[in-house]
Amino acid sequence: MIRLEKLNKSYLLGHHALHVLRNIDLTIEAGELVAIMGSSGSGKSTLLNILGILDDYDSGSYVLGGTMIRDLSESRAAQYRNKLIGFVFQSFNLLAFKTAAENVALPLFYQGFSRSKRNALALDYLDRVGLKDWALHLPSEMSGGQKQRVAIARALITKPRILLADEPTGALDSKTSDQIMDLLTEVNGEGVTVVIVTHESAVAARTHRTIRLRDGVIDDEASPPSNRASQGIAMPSSRRG
Amino acid sequence: MLDRLRELYETLRTAKLRTAVTALSVAWGIFMLVVLLGAGAGIQNGAEHQFRDDATNAIWVFRGTTSMPFEGHKIGRQVRLTDEDYDAIQRNIEGVTHITGRFYLQGQFTVSYGKVVTSFDVRATHPGHRFLENTEITDGRFINELDLKERRKVVVIGPTAVERLFHGMDPIGEWISVKGMMYRVVGVFKDSGGESEDSTIYIPISTAQMVYGGASQIHQIMFTIDESSSVEQSTAIAEETKRMLAGRHHFSPKDKRAIRMRNTIEDFQRVLGLFERIRVFIWIVGVGTIVAGIVGVSNIMLISVRERTKEIGIRKALGATPWAIISQIMLESLIVTGVSGYTGLIAGVGLLELVRKHMPPSEFFRDPEVNLGVALGALALLVFSGLLAGYFPARLAAKVNPIVALRAE
Repeated sequence: MIRLEKLNKSYLLGHHALHVLRNIDLTIEAGELVAIMGSSGSGKSTLLNILGILDDYDSGSYVLGGTMIRDLSESRAAQYRNKLIGFVFQSFNLLAFKTAAENVALPLFYQGFSRSKRNALALDYLDRVGLKDWALHLPSEMSGGQKQRVAIARALITKPRILLADEPTGALDSKTSDQIMDLLTEVNGEGVTVVIVTHESAVAARTHRTIRLRDGVIDDEASPPSNRASQGIAMPSSRRG
Repeated sequence: MLDRLRELYETLRTAKLRTAVTALSVAWGIFMLVVLLGAGAGIQNGAEHQFRDDATNAIWVFRGTTSMPFEGHKIGRQVRLTDEDYDAIQRNIEGVTHITGRFYLQGQFTVSYGKVVTSFDVRATHPGHRFLENTEITDGRFINELDLKERRKVVVIGPTAVERLFHGMDPIGEWISVKGMMYRVVGVFKDSGGESEDSTIYIPISTAQMVYGGASQIHQIMFTIDESSSVEQSTAIAEETKRMLAGRHHFSPKDKRAIRMRNTIEDFQRVLGLFERIRVFIWIVGVGTIVAGIVGVSNIMLISVRERTKEIGIRKALGATPWAIISQIMLESLIVTGVSGYTGLIAGVGLLELVRKHMPPSEFFRDPEVNLGVALGALALLVFSGLLAGYFPARLAAKVNPIVALRAE
């Protein structure tokens, strides 16, 4: 699903180039549930941005679902983001002046869906995350966990192949975090590749695999091929792509 | 499209007051432009209406007093125009179409018919006079050459006289007394020059010269020239006339006071030119006001784009293409300027209509109007300004980097 080869990324800070990602080789198979961990400054956010086609890289290659992601025009990048990728953010990033249903429907607006079709689908997806009754509420009227579930519904409405979650539980208490992780696991169970950036080991422990970044390189020692294997949990073979 | 508009409405709704205030500035700009142009047209119509009374292709010659010594003559000599001058102009000046003299009869004359006694201004002229005052004959005839030759005691009266003396009865062929002398009414005229023209009565100049002791004296000679004449041609004819009269009356052609000339073509053209300049000025002021409105819209939208950086970032992350963002901002600007500008346009036209209906036309102001061309021009200006106002904010919005925007709290 995701294949990175010798990927490099550096930022120019004044006269110094800050080499954020160095020769990253990474393969994530379809249907995997992966955690990316690392201390701040390790490059994990940059990696997620590149995976989400929000940022470009300097050298190497990034193939997403068979498509080479390189030097895309902004419109092209936007289309890929819209069709292939669902985003979930730490701070939810819901539009404050839109209701839950309208927020969920927004990605479809950019696919040219009619309003009625959008709204119907939005209700379906809100139902899936258990918030059908909250469809007409504004984000300000909802709890953090509810907001994140709305965001997940929004990320899923375009039927993306990958869900990228940036610290999805960072702003939530542990009980709510668990519920969100339940939801993400469920989504993964339906075949969506899920990549979660986190610094919480409890979150990472619930994924199939943890990739640890340190100073822009993947720390192979600390990145076991499978969390479940190391934890002795049998992994249903159907979940491995 | 409808969907886009709804999306837009939701955005505008979040900043109602700001949208309203911005819209007001554009509406005000268009309103001012329309009202100014309408008022300008009103002033112009007023001025043109005044000219309508008189022929706009006429040259008037008034007698005067010399102010320069010439050929041994002292200054201060009065130049007297006579029938011979009238004939000389008619004979010698090229391009004269109609000509008349006027013999002044001072003050109002008592005029009576039967028991009705009233008073009118009496004007003694040649037959050509009706072309110079744009006098229209509604009944009978104007003074003719035979009246002139035979010094007939005939009179042509205006609507005021018909009303006051004859109470609407047919006046043709009736005899009226003018300062004790009986004249026969041969015609009725109407004049667009207003009340004072309507209450004038005309008699043949030769009759007046005889009856009121003028010999062959003429106080004022007026003639029209070909309507297609340019200002230069009319000036040349006026100069030629002056030179000829200077020769006949022995005064310096440079003497400005010996005879006085008035060239209505020149006046008319000057007034038209003045209004042309006023119109240009109004457009400059109006467009300036609109530009201020546009800058306002652009400014407000720049602020709005900055405030919505995060929103734009989210939209981009969710798959909004740059074009989707640009068109959204442009459309927003277009709608705000379009709707408000159109409102201003309607308000301006409405005000002009009110003024037109309820303000009596005066000498200086009548029928303020905005023609279709101007309205369409203003509308085109609106669309253009809407796009212009949206351009810079849209470009800014398109440049929003979703990564940075999403990080912003």
